[in-house]
Amino acid sequence: MTDHPALITLKAVAKSYRVRGRDIPALQPTDLAIDAGEVFGIIGHSGAGKSTLLRLINLLERPTAGRVVIEGADVTGIDGAALRDLRAGIGMIFQHFNLLSSRTVRENIAFPLRLRPGMDEAAINLRVQELLERVGLAGHADNYPAQLSGGQKQRVGIARALANKPRVLLCDEATSALDPQTTASVLDLLLDINRELGLTIVLITHEMDVIRRVCDRVAVLDAGRVVELGNVVDVFLHPEHPTTRRFVSEAEHGDEGGPDYSGVAGNLMRLSFRGETTYAPTLSEVVRDTGIEYNLLSGRIDRIKDIPYGQLTLAMRGERMDAAVAQLRAAGVVVQEIAR
Amino acid sequence: MNAPSLLQQWFPNITDWTEIGQACIDTLLMLGGSLLLTVVIGLPLGVWLFLASRDQLHDSPRSYAALSLVVNVLRSIPFIILMILLMPLTFFLMRATIGIRGAIPPLVIGAAPFFARLVESSLREVGAGVVEASQAMGATTGQIVRRVLLPEARAGIVAAITVTAIALVGYTAMGGIIGAGGLGSLAYQYGYLGYKPDYMLVTVALLVLLVQLLQMLGDAIVRRMSHR
Ligand SMILES: Nc1ncnc2c1ncn2[C@@H]1O[C@H](COP(=O)(O)OP(=O)(O)O)[C@@H](O)[C@H]1O
Ligand SMILES: [Mg+2]
Repeated sequence: MTDHPALITLKAVAKSYRVRGRDIPALQPTDLAIDAGEVFGIIGHSGAGKSTLLRLINLLERPTAGRVVIEGADVTGIDGAALRDLRAGIGMIFQHFNLLSSRTVRENIAFPLRLRPGMDEAAINLRVQELLERVGLAGHADNYPAQLSGGQKQRVGIARALANKPRVLLCDEATSALDPQTTASVLDLLLDINRELGLTIVLITHEMDVIRRVCDRVAVLDAGRVVELGNVVDVFLHPEHPTTRRFVSEAEHGDEGGPDYSGVAGNLMRLSFRGETTYAPTLSEVVRDTGIEYNLLSGRIDRIKDIPYGQLTLAMRGERMDAAVAQLRAAGVVVQEIAR
Repeated sequence: MNAPSLLQQWFPNITDWTEIGQACIDTLLMLGGSLLLTVVIGLPLGVWLFLASRDQLHDSPRSYAALSLVVNVLRSIPFIILMILLMPLTFFLMRATIGIRGAIPPLVIGAAPFFARLVESSLREVGAGVVEASQAMGATTGQIVRRVLLPEARAGIVAAITVTAIALVGYTAMGGIIGAGGLGSLAYQYGYLGYKPDYMLVTVALLVLLVQLLQMLGDAIVRRMSHR
């Protein structure tokens, strides 16, 4: 993919679980390279193997085959102190937060700092204060987790995961237990951290919207196999695999899938814009030059992380259809005819 | 009206109240000593049972099965029989088979396995998620036990200590029948063998009071510890 070595490389990693004497495969042999500084998303339905894949990175699960390479070092077989050091350098947050209920917010955040010798009490307090402020919880330092909302709990989880200044943050369905508004604010926090600290983030989710908001690249996992991998914009605008199409369509239309346009006259066309063409008056120019007519059936203009994109579904009618399509394509718009 | 005469009126057979006072002290000493040792021995046993059980940090079916068997055997022997069976061991350890000293070994051996099971199940109440999060932060198993499992389970462990203490009150009373001393002994000697129902009444009332106090104390500590 690129000439520089990736931060995390999974080489033909596979995992099967032994259940009542039988090996049940959870992850088929998978290659994946995650670059330093990117936000890498893994999407899949429940049971697809997302958590398994994520947990291979900090070796909470050992692969049954293949290698895990981090910063050029093969870590597949390490254990003892070397394993604990590796894990201390990789933060992790969870769907159900996994905070210690018997400790205050402050003590939860200090927990990873106290696991290893070398930091005195003053340094720990300073670091905890810094983290409390970063996640916006300075006023809740002495509360117990039970006194916090879900979003606040996840912020504590994030602060705790950042305590040891990791290079990588693993997020296992970190927003799946949160309402949409809280999800958005937690994702914004993750994005800030990614940008300001240059932290590499690997997140797994079953929601395409989470991918759209924060990820640079995405892998689609289906039954233990990566079925699609690419830049989020490309995958979002032009999904190839049926599973990916379903995720994208759920994100666009809700769970019921695409609407039925069988009664609409004309050619059904999907126009995809990305980058600056999104904001150019391309469609009106084409209409003026070719005299075609269109009905706007559905559409969305939005951003995928920083990149503007748009996707419109039109019913187009007119004599000079081919010329219109050619002019759109020349302007950088991807035009696909939708079969009925 | 003066108190002694009223006491005499209500409890005609009880001539020596200091004897009852001494029995209370003996019961409390037996309870305190055996509870302390039960916790000291049972807590690590419970942690071991938990760690060795399936899918836990030191999953080891053999060690779990062995320990589990010992615990179950000890728990299935009625306390009074355990006390008799253990007499040679008790004598070897304490140079006595009666009195407070003689009672403590069987009390501890009877209660520690029971307490260990309670500890095991309160550790199970701690979510697998927090253990996993601690592992992901690079904690050792020792750190996970001391800083995660035990603190997270502390309310459950205090409740387990309360239940065990109350069971021990019952055991000490039973032990009284074969010479352990304390309130149980008084109830048996005078109340049962000596046909003095007022002794029976007073000792039973004191035992009920003790159990009530233990339960209230335990509940109060549990309430203070819970942050769920
Ligand atoms: N510890 C385990 N033992 C046995 N099977 C497991 C275990 N963990 C996961 N699995 C199985 O592996 C598959 C993938 O699980 P998982 O990685 O948790 O999926 P996801 O996170 O995508 O929902 C599932 O079929 C699940 O039942
Ligand atoms: Mg999962």
